[in-house]
Amino acid sequence: MTQSVVAVPAPVAPRPTAPAWPGRRHVLDLDDFTPAEITHVLDTAASMKEVLARPIKQVPALRGTTVVTLFYEASTRTRVSFELAAKRLGADVVNVTASASSVVKGESLLDTADTLRALGADILVMRHSAAGAPYLVAQRVACRVINAGDGWHAHPTQALLDLYTVRERLGRIAGLRLAIVGDVLHSRVARSAVWGFTKLGARVTLCGPPTLLPTGPLPWPATEVTHDLERALAGADVVMGLRLQRERQQAALLPSEREYVRLYGLTAERLARLCPDALVLHPGPMNEGVEIMPAVAHGPRSAIADQVTNGVAVRMALLYLLGGEGA
Amino acid sequence: MTALCIRGGRVIDPASGLDGLADVRLHDGRVVEVGPALAAAADEVVLDATGCIVAPGFIDLQCHLGDADHDDAETLATLGAAAAAGGFTTLCCLREGDPCVDDAAAVVALRERAAAETRVRVRPLGAVTRGRQGAELAELGAMAEAGAVAFTDGALSVRSARVLRNALSYSVLTGRPVVEQPCDPDLAQGGLAHEGAVATHLGLPGIPAAAEEFAVARALALARATGGRLHLGPLSTAAAVEQVRAARAAGLAVTAAVTAHHLLLDETALASGPEGWPYTTSTKLLPPLRTAADRAALCAGVADGTLVVVSDHWPRRAIEKDCEYVYAAPGASALESVLGVLLELVARGELALDAALRALTVGPAAAFGLEGGRLAPGAPADCVVFDPEPRWQVEPARWRSRGRSTPLAGHWLRGRVRATIAGGEIVYRV
Repeated sequence: MTQSVVAVPAPVAPRPTAPAWPGRRHVLDLDDFTPAEITHVLDTAASMKEVLARPIKQVPALRGTTVVTLFYEASTRTRVSFELAAKRLGADVVNVTASASSVVKGESLLDTADTLRALGADILVMRHSAAGAPYLVAQRVACRVINAGDGWHAHPTQALLDLYTVRERLGRIAGLRLAIVGDVLHSRVARSAVWGFTKLGARVTLCGPPTLLPTGPLPWPATEVTHDLERALAGADVVMGLRLQRERQQAALLPSEREYVRLYGLTAERLARLCPDALVLHPGPMNEGVEIMPAVAHGPRSAIADQVTNGVAVRMALLYLLGGEGA
Repeated sequence: MTALCIRGGRVIDPASGLDGLADVRLHDGRVVEVGPALAAAADEVVLDATGCIVAPGFIDLQCHLGDADHDDAETLATLGAAAAAGGFTTLCCLREGDPCVDDAAAVVALRERAAAETRVRVRPLGAVTRGRQGAELAELGAMAEAGAVAFTDGALSVRSARVLRNALSYSVLTGRPVVEQPCDPDLAQGGLAHEGAVATHLGLPGIPAAAEEFAVARALALARATGGRLHLGPLSTAAAVEQVRAARAAGLAVTAAVTAHHLLLDETALASGPEGWPYTTSTKLLPPLRTAADRAALCAGVADGTLVVVSDHWPRRAIEKDCEYVYAAPGASALESVLGVLLELVARGELALDAALRALTVGPAAAFGLEGGRLAPGAPADCVVFDPEPRWQVEPARWRSRGRSTPLAGHWLRGRVRATIAGGEIVYRV
């Protein structure tokens, strides 16, 4: 196992008691969050953001707690964001990536998670290509689990940082209209965002080519689906672009990237005409010039850089809230 | 061989329409007499069935053999024990893995091994194509002579319409049906769940209902064109039930099945398993669990005789299910829960008792041209005695089958088998 163990001073005192989060051991998706829970996380993240503004960006809230990031899929920003969040709280952080771990020797996910638990992991931050994998670990391994993305299913910490960013910039979530544009079908970011935004009272429009939208009845409230970009953008308060994967074209889901750009690209002209005041989000990494034009990504209404910064504060809040005694 | 007399039960024989208090006398492997208060015969064993229902032994048209190479896999002995505990006396068995049952020698070998290991009747299902590769026809005629009762490539289905057409043509010669599992592999590619609200919620790739409708339409067209005998493996969609119903009404000799799981559960089982967790791998079935409306249509299909019920018993080893949903093997252990599911549906008023029993006896017997499935004099001495009332909770750990994965774990079902008799011998009794 190749690991980078972070140099945080070992605890001398017994582990401090962080405030418990009654009834919650894991953050697997937002579908089982109450609006009050979501708001509590966002409020906690606001205090964490204050910590990040200090000259010494660290509090010892999780000293003695071991956080393991177990990533079965490549990721830079999410893994680094979790690692920084855990370090800022004084936790020990160990990073395990699939390519370097015993996964390649055929060890099962449960065996790996059990081993990490036995080595002392308190909180497991997991990314996996299989939808539901974090649920398997949460159910079977005596560890707290945070889902850092599972297949097409969920990316709850991304949704929480999106909510935080929008609330910070626009002051509220309730009553807003969010347009999510792009490859919704394969997007865990979109799925978790829909739960988060609708639970706090926003309405969501999912927009993309019909082949990249969910088929049949939707599981979410206050959500509609359209392939009409003009309709999705008209009057939107927030516009979220999604990354377009190149392999969609090979799977006959799209005729060409060029056609996609023409029909669904988030251009400055479209946004200026249909929703000039809309805040622009993107989970990254962006294909600039494909799903989003550089002028939009880096324009005055873009909150994309804020999303990245806020991600650390939101993940600190989650680790802090989950990291209490009794884990 | 001494005679066996089952006395005092309510005898239901859907084939003859008999439903009333009667005794059933079995001798020399045959039913010899059925009637109220039969006179006692000398030297006969009496089985008291007071308060119970006596029915023909159940016939399962689709049951998977265990994987031969692992010591925790289902054996023919454990399969037979599970069948007997579930009231089944005839199992039509296929093997999805190796060795493939695709020639007469394999058919004979399976029959001989089964006869040595279990007294439940095991009827081999041969492969349609050599090695189940979908390219060349297997020796259907030779296998039929050796005792194969029908032909199927299992969950693979026959990919080439031309090959399926030829197999159906050939079934005119063998008189044995071709069993097609209707699922277009191209449309279903990568799919893990019914394409609908639950799959969207869980982020699982969908298997569209159209994958089944399209495959049913293809198979029906080829059956019509060839005059061959077609049996469709477990259906899951309302549209497919309607396609089969219409084809039968138009005179086509097609039969079709549904599993008990698909009669009781729908897609919501994936979002909330036995302990409330989503992604419970026991809910991964082929075909997938579909919508509440589909479930209702499948029940209606059993009610009007369009569908027979199969177990589709697929005993999986723990390691095949103890993993991420995408990697889990499909299928569930079912022989010990089929009757309980049907009686629960009867108790809920969703199914008539006569229709439920028909779908397990004369229905499947007629579909594959099997002896049995009835209780008239001369019929094989296969019957089941069950108490329809008691409610019980599914505890797979107590099952006789070595397959312990079931989406019904923790569910409350109804009715208990008290005795199962195969070939005149009591093979299960509590």
